[in-house]
Formats: sequence, structure tokens, C-alpha cells
Amino acid sequence: MDEKDLILLQLLEENCRTPVSDLAVMTELSEQDVKDRISRLEEAGAIRRYAAVVNWEQAGNGVVAAVIELKVSPERDFGYDRIAERIARFPQVRSLRLVTGAYDLQVLVTGSSMHEIARFVAEQIAPMDRIRETATHIIMKTYKENGITFTARGDIERLPYSF
Amino acid sequence: MRDFVSARAHAIPPSGIRKFFDIAQTMEDVISLGVGEPDFVTPWCVCEASIYSIEQGLTSYTSNKGTPQLRDAISRYLDTRFGICYDADEEIIVTCGVSEAADIAIRAVVDPGDEVLVAEPCYVSYIPCVSLVGGIPVTVPCRAEDEFRLTADALAESITPRTKALIANFPNNPTGGVMQEADWRGIADLLVDHDLLLISDEVYAELTYDRDHFAPAAIPELRERTITLNGFSKAFAMTGWRIGYLCAPAEIAAAALKIHQYVALCAPVMGQVAAYEALRNGGAEKDAMVKEYRLRRNLFVDGLNKLGLTCHLPKGAFYAFPSVESTGMTDDEFAEALLREQHVAVVPGSVLGPSGTGHVRCAYAVSRDDLKEALKRIGAFLESRGLATP
Repeated sequence: MDEKDLILLQLLEENCRTPVSDLAVMTELSEQDVKDRISRLEEAGAIRRYAAVVNWEQAGNGVVAAVIELKVSPERDFGYDRIAERIARFPQVRSLRLVTGAYDLQVLVTGSSMHEIARFVAEQIAPMDRIRETATHIIMKTYKENGITFTARGDIERLPYSF
Repeated sequence: MRDFVSARAHAIPPSGIRKFFDIAQTMEDVISLGVGEPDFVTPWCVCEASIYSIEQGLTSYTSNKGTPQLRDAISRYLDTRFGICYDADEEIIVTCGVSEAADIAIRAVVDPGDEVLVAEPCYVSYIPCVSLVGGIPVTVPCRAEDEFRLTADALAESITPRTKALIANFPNNPTGGVMQEADWRGIADLLVDHDLLLISDEVYAELTYDRDHFAPAAIPELRERTITLNGFSKAFAMTGWRIGYLCAPAEIAAAALKIHQYVALCAPVMGQVAAYEALRNGGAEKDAMVKEYRLRRNLFVDGLNKLGLTCHLPKGAFYAFPSVESTGMTDDEFAEALLREQHVAVVPGSVLGPSGTGHVRCAYAVSRDDLKEALKRIGAFLESRGLATP
């Protein structure tokens, strides 16, 4: 991984539909070189997939999201990994992290209603072995996601000309 | 009633872009490549520090020279970043933007009748500022074939016994040209031989894409005959804060300070607080902006060349300076027609100096999407005239 790879990753993270020709010009590489590098990054798993950053609240399809904090008793030999893998398998789980602090696993869950999320937590997550405690926080509003600000800010007036 | 306006004020020519400004004001969807300022908002840590200081009631005058804190930070920054040493107490003045710094530098050293060499194409203020003090501006061309560098040959041709100083701006607005140490060495010899002063406007010093900026005051023979001007506008996206600075040997700085204290008193304190924060914590965002400019430069210059508008790859600042000679139009005609027909604003090079004739200045300090759209419109413009290269 060199500096050009990092620039490519940044550009793709920002807009994965940027044409290869533009990527090549911007990074001062040949198109073939760009293609090869992207393939390598895909194979190495640095690029997991190409996805849109959706503002679901704005899209208005009624999806509800919640952050769930889990206190977990770690397993001998495996720590948190096995329980985390089990939780990660649920399609409702959008992201899952082990964190420091008052709780252990932070889970982002989506569902079609608060009721659905409550049921998921109560029936699927809470009863699992080694889960000691859960706290569910319904997300009320998202201000920024993956580096992208969702709250609208008016255009800034700039002069058309200046020296 | 008599005409109260002074002869000197009368003598300043009107702005070369006024008419373009007026045309652009009537349009809704202008893509402006005409603005010499970053499109980024000032880094949030900088805004936050300044807002906090205002909340704390820090709204007063500062020392004429600027806060000791900021001058110290500037002194350290110039030393570590560019290897030039200026004493924070005796040799640095914080000014209201580099514009004021250039003005007081010129006023501090130019007497009526002195000839002042101005490397052009260049920012528009130097020549009127020289004229306003009764000096005689003499332009020195920086040519496209030299990648818009100032050459010792061109400089030598313009030196007379009445020459007092040279004003140069590298990385350059509008050409993006840069000067490396070897380029300055030849100039330095001439300046020393003819006992001339250098006023070096380095406001684009952070915006270089190949090699780090070289500050001419780093050449020992030039240190005592150089006024270094710099500021925060371009590097830290802080144009509206109006903070620049002048660095010069103590005697010259003292003279400039006398003028500064009468015309400006001091630079705005909230801007000085912001500038201090920029030097402390703004580095990472500055670096990210420079990286982004480089991507945009590559994208835009490649697009221009593909359209048949020859453009060298600028090594600094955020301007592309393509030639429009292949279109058969003058730069002024090109800029006006492009604005009227495709609503893309560019600055005709001839308003920035005779060597800018036949070129237009395009600031690529706009989003990549806007640059792509601008290229598309320029392409359509050329095509409508049968000039497109498929």
C-alpha cells in the first residue's frame, strides 16, 4: 500500500463511480495501473464493496435505526470474537464494534419499526449466552454518516470574480 | 465644484474585470473559475477558536505589530517550514491580509521617481501601489516558454540606475509558476550587484505540488535585502479573515510599522486568534486541501489540453493558465464569449500583465464536479465555433 493506493481509496470512498480515466489523470497513473491497483485492493479486502451512502431519514421509507450497547462476558480462549461473530450474522445488524468503556459491543441495528427493533433485541440478542446487559438507543436524527454531513447548509455566496 | 479626486487616484486604471462582473451578476448558473480564493470553508478548529475568543470578550485592539503569540508562531513556522529566520519582536508585522503588507512594504521603501520592477503576469495590486507613492512600475515578463519563471536575462534587461526594488510572487498568481533555489540564485546575483531590494509575495507558498516552496530569503545574500510577505488566506482557506504578515530586516520593518500603525492600527484580533490556531492545529486540514488541489489540477489541466487549449502543468498556487491563441480570439474576447454563451467565468490574462496576453486564468479552487462541468461547457463553446478537437 503506497500513497497512490491511499489516494485511490479516498477517491473511491468519496465516489465509487468515478471513471477510471479520471482516477488515472488525478493520480498521475495509467488507466491500466489504476485497474490493477483497484483489483489488488479488492482482493486484499481493503475495498469491501461499492455502496451508496443513503440518508434513510430523508428517503422516508420508515426505516428505524438504533444503537445497542451490550455488556458481554468474554469467553476463555476466544474473548469477544465468537459472540461478536454470532451477532454479526443477523441481517438487522448494520455495524458491530468492540469498544472500550462502560460496555463492550456497540451494535447498529435497523428495522422497519421501533417495535421490530425492540423484538429483535429482546428475542434474539438479549437471551444469547454471555450477554449480561443491553441498552437500546433509538436514533432520532443523523447529522453525519461516513464523513458525509446530512444536515443541509445553504450555499455560501462567493464573488464570481476576484484577483 | 472642483474635482476633489486626486490626480493619483484618477491615474489608477479601472478594474479589468468590472464588465465581466456585471455580466455574471445577471446569470444564475455561472461556474466561476474567476475567483482567487479557496472554495473550502476555514478549518473548523480555526473558526471554533476564534468564536470562543469572541465569547470570552477578546474584541480589542492588539499591539500594532500583532499579538506576541501569533508573531512567535509565525517566526517558528517560517523557520521550520521554509528555513527563514525572522525575529518575532523586531522583524514581523501582522497585517490586514497580504494586500496591506504589500502596500506598506512598497510605501516603506519606494520614493517618488524610483523604478520598481514587477514580475508579471501578476496580482493586480502591485503596480497601482507603486504608482500611488510616485514610484515608476516597470514590468518584467515571465514567459510561458520558461514555465512562467522569472529569468535573470529578463530581469537584467529592465534594470536601470533608477531601479530600487523587484516585486515577485512565486508560486505565482495567475500562472502557477514556481521558482526553485537555482532560479533564485541567478536573480540574487543581479539584486546584489545592482544593490536592489526584493519584495517577495509568498502567499501561495503552501500550495506547491512537486517540491516544497523555496523562500528567496533563505539565500544568505538576499536575507538582508528581502521583504517576505505571506498570509493565511490561501493555505488555510481564510480569505475573509484578512490576516497576512510582513517580515523584513529590523530597519525596514520599523519603517513599515510606522505606516501600518497609522493606516490599520492593527489587524483584527479575531483574525489573529484564528491565524494562531491555524498554525497550531490547522496543518492536517491544510495538507488535505493541498492534496485535493493537486487532484483537481491534474483533472482540469488534462481536460484543457484534451480540448486543445494548451496549458502547462502549474507547479504551484491553484490556477491553470491555458493559452487561448488556438481559438483565434483574444483572451478578452474568449473570456467574454465563454461567460455570455456558456456561463463559465475566467479572467483574461492580459489584465494581469502583458505576458498574460493570449491566456486566461482559471482557478481550480472549485469542486471536481464543477471542474468537469466547466470542461464540458468549454468543450461545447469550442465546438460551437468549429474548434473542438474530438
